[in-house]
Amino acid sequence: MNVIVCVKQIPDPALPGALDSSTNTLKRDGKLILDESDSYGVEMALQLVDKAGGGEVSLVSMAPNGEVSGLRTALAMGAAKAVLVSDPALQGSDALTTARVLAAAVGRIGGADLVIAATESSDGYTGTVPEQLAEVLGLPSVTFAKHVEIDGSTLKASRQTEDGYDEVECPLPALISVTAGVVEPRYPSFKGIMAAKSKPVDTVTAGDLGVDPVGWAGAGQQISDVAKAPERAAGEIVEDDGEGFAKIVSFLENLKVI
Amino acid sequence: MSDFVPPVADLSFVLRRLAGVESLTGLADFADVGLESLADLLSEAGRFAAEVVAPLNRVGDREGSRLVDGGVVTPTGFAKAWQQYVAAGWAAAPFEPQYGGGGMPWVVAMSIYEMVSGASTAWALCPMLTQGAIHLLTAHGDETQQSTWLPKLVPGEWTATMNLTEPQAGSDVGAVTTRAVPQADGSYRISGQKIFITYGDHDMTDNIVHLVLARTPGAPAGTRGISCFIVPKFVLDAQGRPGPRNAAWCISLEHKLGIHASPTCVMEFDEAEGYLIGEEHAGMRYMFTMMNAARLGVGVEGVGLGERALQQAEQFAAERRQGRAGGSAEPVAIVEHPDVRRMLLTMRALTEAARAICAMTGVAIDQAHHDPDPAQARRAQARADLLTPIAKAWSTDMGNEVAHLGIQVHGGYGFIEETGAAQHARDARITTIYEGTNGIQAIDLVSRKLPMGDGAVAAELYAEIEATVESLGAAGLAPESAALAGSLATLRAATAWLAEHRSTPDDVLAGATPFLRLAGFTVGGWLMGRALLALDGEDEAFAARKRWTASFFLTQLVPQADGLLPAITAGAAPLALP
Ligand SMILES: Cc1cc2nc3c(=O)[nH]c(=O)nc-3n(C[C@H](O)[C@H](O)[C@H](O)COP(=O)(O)OP(=O)(O)OC[C@H]3O[C@@H](n4cnc5c(N)ncnc54)[C@H](O)[C@@H]3O)c2cc1C
Repeated sequence: MNVIVCVKQIPDPALPGALDSSTNTLKRDGKLILDESDSYGVEMALQLVDKAGGGEVSLVSMAPNGEVSGLRTALAMGAAKAVLVSDPALQGSDALTTARVLAAAVGRIGGADLVIAATESSDGYTGTVPEQLAEVLGLPSVTFAKHVEIDGSTLKASRQTEDGYDEVECPLPALISVTAGVVEPRYPSFKGIMAAKSKPVDTVTAGDLGVDPVGWAGAGQQISDVAKAPERAAGEIVEDDGEGFAKIVSFLENLKVI
Repeated sequence: MSDFVPPVADLSFVLRRLAGVESLTGLADFADVGLESLADLLSEAGRFAAEVVAPLNRVGDREGSRLVDGGVVTPTGFAKAWQQYVAAGWAAAPFEPQYGGGGMPWVVAMSIYEMVSGASTAWALCPMLTQGAIHLLTAHGDETQQSTWLPKLVPGEWTATMNLTEPQAGSDVGAVTTRAVPQADGSYRISGQKIFITYGDHDMTDNIVHLVLARTPGAPAGTRGISCFIVPKFVLDAQGRPGPRNAAWCISLEHKLGIHASPTCVMEFDEAEGYLIGEEHAGMRYMFTMMNAARLGVGVEGVGLGERALQQAEQFAAERRQGRAGGSAEPVAIVEHPDVRRMLLTMRALTEAARAICAMTGVAIDQAHHDPDPAQARRAQARADLLTPIAKAWSTDMGNEVAHLGIQVHGGYGFIEETGAAQHARDARITTIYEGTNGIQAIDLVSRKLPMGDGAVAAELYAEIEATVESLGAAGLAPESAALAGSLATLRAATAWLAEHRSTPDDVLAGATPFLRLAGFTVGGWLMGRALLALDGEDEAFAARKRWTASFFLTQLVPQADGLLPAITAGAAPLALP
């Protein structure tokens, strides 16, 4: 079984990020790392291929400046190869263009029984690319998959909902989006890191894929404003006079979490 | 999300631009190990340290290791992290490929160790001690011993300990009294008590290999009569699996100032089965072959803890608002106060200088062990011998100063345990004591290392420092050049005085510790100066920060060391009791 995982390379969330004031988007010109949200998809793909007893995991990614750092992490985890789409003309691409680009990259690899994406990226949070990608590829789409099994040419998934989960089935090939925490992503092994250097990364432009980049001008979405997150208000300190638990309960009730 | 950001960029810079790690690929042993993946290696190891190891630091401090029913129970999460570390192959990275190792240079292993021990020193000590035993067995074990123990120790399936210390035998290892009695089958029966044994017992692996120093019947007194034995926790069965429990028990745990999670064991050997390594009475000599590598490891712990304390202090200083600055109406973040900035910059500069010294020492150790040209290898060995006591003692002294400054930056919040700043200082405190106290390191430097080659080994280093003085001047960095020149002149004067007073050893010993401190600042200044000259092509923001710390180190910290000359050259008389 062959699985293709869409992975995004994002600025390290541990470092202070910066916005480009002319476009109101995150600056992505420094080193990028594998989006943690995608590490779950990579792990799930590796496990599924392992269970199937054959096949390989491939990656597709769209990133500026030919960035491969995040891809290397996923290759070091065990993926076999990658297609990287890197093209200045793609700067400012909206979600739909991204989906078109990724679809073309998936097609370039070809032969996928399953395409995996994260439900949303940790730097953009648009959360629409997986569904658009399925549509462009003409594949059934199963979102919020938290458990996945392959039974012959059928995919069985538990799909996270607000109050539980749905059991769904669909034929392969298909596209699923997985939520964080569905599996425990492995850490790349020392040997895996060494091997990653020699795994093929096919770097292409939008033109190579036959996709028309629309850039800022033609984007179907616009960032109209950016506001600072409100500063965190000081917490409330409750003295426990033996009745502290009641105050905690009423606090949680107020938040409507219990 | 972890509160520890692995200093990958600085480690990578120091390895590439100062230690010249790429040149190691010219040595056959390192040609094919994959050094071109260095950047990926450092960032993945750093991620492992930050995500898996760092979260153990607080819980380890609070819970500590406990002795339960004759066995040590490590804090929550320690065993799982060990399994992940082993599964990812980090334990094996620096060892012989023949036994499943990754064949990485020691200097790279030490860079990884800096991040892991910065994440949690108490956790990292377990792999550290195991590394020492692997080195010793690789160099001196016989073929059967190597094929029995190394395939388990190298990947980290089992861990190892070093059993030297006894109540009457601390700095003076020659005083050990543990006995080893030969048996008809060639094995030995080991009896005696060892103290302060790090990870002498734990629940993370299903066997532990103790290396024990002991005396055979009729052995000469002192270090010349010490032999080294393998004493497994479980004796192996015919298939090489852990079999019967050996009579090597942890009978109590010490309560300590820091590294609470690292079990410090009193070990009782009661006719335990043991196997002689190499020849009788050669144990001390064998210890010396791994000494530089192990001592460097402790120096690196000082760097790691300094980095950790620095990051925490920088974050606190950016958040804590107190006092007004520059006529502001509202309280400012304390990082706005020049005095707080001085503390933070001092912390950063000391940490970077210590990191550079450790890397230079590491690369010398690698060249000494792997350069096929005997003359080059000897030269590198001499450099490693000279730098090791400085790397160990200066880096850990500075690690302590940095951790204490970290508390100071926090004010009262540093003194209470809640913020974690105090833990770094408590954990750092041991690093100046074990693996040879810093006093012993200083004595080693002045009485054994300076006289090497009749002073030529030190003179060669001084000449290299002088070349950097000139390059700094030529590059228009006059204040930095002048500061390094001043410190080098002081170091040369101090070295000459010590050489002249060799016939009165107490005079030399009396100046040992201030001499080592002066040497640390001068060598650190040399490397910070070389960093200033190696910024071409580096990331602009990184280069700006490096200029900031390196210039500060050279022009403000290095000159302070000049004031040590009177202490170095005063001799022993002023120290005599009145
Ligand atoms: C937490 C911890 C973990 C340890 N782990 C291990 C381990 O795993 N294995 C192991 O074998 N040991 C271990 N040790 C022991 C450690 O290496 C010794 O504590 C250290 O070597 C110092 O010995 P000592 O404590 O007996 O001090 P002493 O030797 O009594 O030293 C006391 C002071 O006197 C000074 N001094 C001693 N002799 C001289 C001299 N000749 N000239 C000048 N000054 C001198 C020292 O510098 C020191 O300041 C550990 C210790 C601790 C506390």
